[in-house]
Amino acid sequence: MADESLFEFLHLEIVSHIFSQQSGKGEMDNKDRAVCVSVLEAMGFRVGQGLIERMTRDSPSFKDELDIMKFVCKDFWTKVFRRQVDNLRTNHQGTYVLQDNKFALLTQLSNGKQYLDQAPKYLAFSCGVVRGALSNLGLESVVTAEVSSMPSCKFQVVIQKS
Amino acid sequence: MSRQSNRTADNKKMNSELFTLTYGALVTQLCKDYENDEEVNKQLDKMGYNIGVRLIEDFLARSTIGRCQDFRETADIIAKVAFKMYLGITPSVTNWSPAGDEFSLILENNPLADFVELPDNHNTLIYSNLLSGVLRGALEMVQMAVDVKFVQDTLRGDNVTEIRMKFIKRIEENLPAGEE
Repeated sequence: MADESLFEFLHLEIVSHIFSQQSGKGEMDNKDRAVCVSVLEAMGFRVGQGLIERMTRDSPSFKDELDIMKFVCKDFWTKVFRRQVDNLRTNHQGTYVLQDNKFALLTQLSNGKQYLDQAPKYLAFSCGVVRGALSNLGLESVVTAEVSSMPSCKFQVVIQKS
Repeated sequence: MSRQSNRTADNKKMNSELFTLTYGALVTQLCKDYENDEEVNKQLDKMGYNIGVRLIEDFLARSTIGRCQDFRETADIIAKVAFKMYLGITPSVTNWSPAGDEFSLILENNPLADFVELPDNHNTLIYSNLLSGVLRGALEMVQMAVDVKFVQDTLRGDNVTEIRMKFIKRIEENLPAGEE
């Protein structure tokens, strides 16, 4: 059993490392920022894949897409972010919105709108984790996060139809 | 009452797979970013240091441990309290130097390296080097300059993982000029 603060510190270091590496090359524009975010997302993706592989080893197979999403909101979220998703909404056409009112990686950051501009870089990794998990459950998706007031956060999952 | 406090302590516990896999993703990324293993080792140590200087505050606040009398006590607390609290393992403390300023931490199983196999072309990579940075940074914040390095690693074919710690000096508390 590891301790959550250790993970939080590690995550902070990873984010600041990836960003300082890009900004070391000079002024940072939107393109550089996008590169950083995608690097973090890719790291999360791999972690999500590994986690779901180990979690679903003994579980029966899912009956449909919604079943998978429910599993992600309950079991997966509890295991990774230590609480359930507060609200799951869907348009029944492959778009899901997962709302977490106290997202684990934002609670230490701010309680309100302060530092709102910094929030995206602390969510890229988690988006990747969710996408990686879904990917290994057979769903290709695009996951984005949206914050209007910390520590609440909305993840939008759009399933790609093949 | 006691049950209540137990529960809050448990809440701090998390899935260590997440930590292990995240650490793995970091090392993989660093290996992509830098050409040689030396540079990766250095980066891991630096990041560990940054974590250590913050982690010590968390540790002191939660463990209610005061100042250590000597290096032996420090060793005990690192192995029995700190490692237990953050990684859930208790390394053994051995190989004391006669002067009592050097010892080894023996890790039976390294939680950072749970699912890891090192490829042949990375034989100088010290996979868990983050830990030495953490230890160095944390101890520096309690006025101890310490040299930390991995001397054995199961990932590289050794029987155990051994971290060697050497006390260098006590850091004097320097007040800025003009302040009492």
